[in-house]
Amino acid sequence: MAIKPNAAFLTGYQLYIVVFFVFLAAPLVAAGMFAFNDSLFPSLPWRGFTLDWFFNDTEPKLGMFHDRRLLRGLYYSFVIASFVSLLSVFVGTCNAFLFVRCKFPAKDFFYIMMVLPLVIPGVILGISILLLASNIANSAEEAFSLDLGFLRPGIILVVLGQFSFITTITSLVIIARLKKFDESMEEAAYNLGASRVRVLRTITLPFLFPAMAAAGIVAFLVSFENFNTTLFLVGSEAPLTITMYDRMVKVGSTPVLNAVSFFLMVGSALLALVSVLVQRDKPQT
Amino acid sequence: MMQKDIKRLSLYLLFAPFAMWITLLIILPHLGMFYISMREKVAPRVYEFGFDNYINFFNEPIYWNTLLRTGSMSLLVTVLALLLGFPIAYYIAKIAGNRTRGALFLMCLIPLWVSDLIRAFGWILLLRETGIISSSLQWAGLINTPIEFLYNDATVIVGLVYTVILFMIVPLVSTLDGMDDAMIEAGYNLGGNGPTVLRRIIIPYAMPGIVSGCIVVFMLTAGSYLTPILLGGKNSSWFTEQIYDQFITRYNWESGAAFGFVLLAFTSLVIWIGLKLSGQTLNSTVARS
Repeated sequence: MAIKPNAAFLTGYQLYIVVFFVFLAAPLVAAGMFAFNDSLFPSLPWRGFTLDWFFNDTEPKLGMFHDRRLLRGLYYSFVIASFVSLLSVFVGTCNAFLFVRCKFPAKDFFYIMMVLPLVIPGVILGISILLLASNIANSAEEAFSLDLGFLRPGIILVVLGQFSFITTITSLVIIARLKKFDESMEEAAYNLGASRVRVLRTITLPFLFPAMAAAGIVAFLVSFENFNTTLFLVGSEAPLTITMYDRMVKVGSTPVLNAVSFFLMVGSALLALVSVLVQRDKPQT
Repeated sequence: MMQKDIKRLSLYLLFAPFAMWITLLIILPHLGMFYISMREKVAPRVYEFGFDNYINFFNEPIYWNTLLRTGSMSLLVTVLALLLGFPIAYYIAKIAGNRTRGALFLMCLIPLWVSDLIRAFGWILLLRETGIISSSLQWAGLINTPIEFLYNDATVIVGLVYTVILFMIVPLVSTLDGMDDAMIEAGYNLGGNGPTVLRRIIIPYAMPGIVSGCIVVFMLTAGSYLTPILLGGKNSSWFTEQIYDQFITRYNWESGAAFGFVLLAFTSLVIWIGLKLSGQTLNSTVARS
């Protein structure tokens, strides 16, 4: 619209866009389609449509909904993602009020500190938290013969590790929304005699809610698919990505992994759609 | 007076979660990691302090070669992602009609919500010896024997570009979106041609988005683990693999911590140089998106 190029250039340009989206979709289609192939290997030729890789209950074609270890991984992923999402939305909301509403010294410096976790490689976050937690646990055991089991690799460390960088994401989303808030609305409520708590509950938080919900969904998805940070902190309760990776390395690729992939893709697409709808719900003024 | 006290109290209450998060999960772990990287086990439960772990790192060419390889391949991936992603972002922000714009942007985001693992798995199914591309080519009669496309550097780079390009497109779209079309028109009216307008008007305007995208993409690539390992095989020699090796296989946490610190210092240095060269700050780029 802005540049008016000639027709040949525009056609070439549009062709490039199409090729790009084919490139984007290709591996996802490949990962998804073999979930329905009636064969023991996720490769061509196509041997007909089946749902066995989801629902069959006997080896060698054990479907994902009968595979205990995969289901357990799914359960742990769900638990971890729920905790991460609740915690990071809570701290993210606090951060939003802190950075949008409060005045305090060295604010710019603290803002950079808040953004920093996003640019630290996930592997580093994982090992640094692992090292600190293990050292504290070891010292406590030596000095007071205390057994601080929660500092050993396991669900709690995974939650903390993911929380450490996902909070930056939720904070940025909620800050962006709070900045758009018109403070005269709060003043009007104060003038009408409302208390602080009441104003927060009836005016400010409802305004923020779409951003909080969207941030929560994003946090949930990022946590669900995280691998790098989780890898170092995982104990015996392995979440789904770790279970799948183990299976891939030890057993090799089987179509049940395609079934899980398909299931996860549909699940995330639905959640992402919800997050878009939630934010669109009330048009921004 | 009362009002002031309440303000102060709420500042403390809001600051507390922030301070706990940053101190306990970011600052202390990194200080701890640095502390551990400085000590060396000389006997069971006896440690010596010094730069030995770092000296070992630089004395062993395999280690710093891997780091340099990881760094240069990450830079290449960043440049490729920018070159491939910029036209897409420009199309979405400036050329596509209102309806297609939203749809294209959403389509760009879909792979973002799919785990790295699944994306790499998809590439494996496409590219391996018995994979879709190889068997399609055979079926079409273009090749006689199956071809292995996996386990080489080109595949690793394609896979990495695929994994990170969305993080380049999203900030670019949001900066280009804020640009007034009149600026481009003015450039043309003043006699500029396509390339001049691109170089003198569009790129300078999009700079914060470009830098922000490059930083995130570089960090993600240098810190990635799954894509190089799964697509590159055992010989991918990616630096995160060395870290994992020190930690899990050799159980040498001291030297693993030193490696982690080297990676952190290296990526921070590259980003710092990038920010200086482009005249941007962390606040004007990553924090905005």
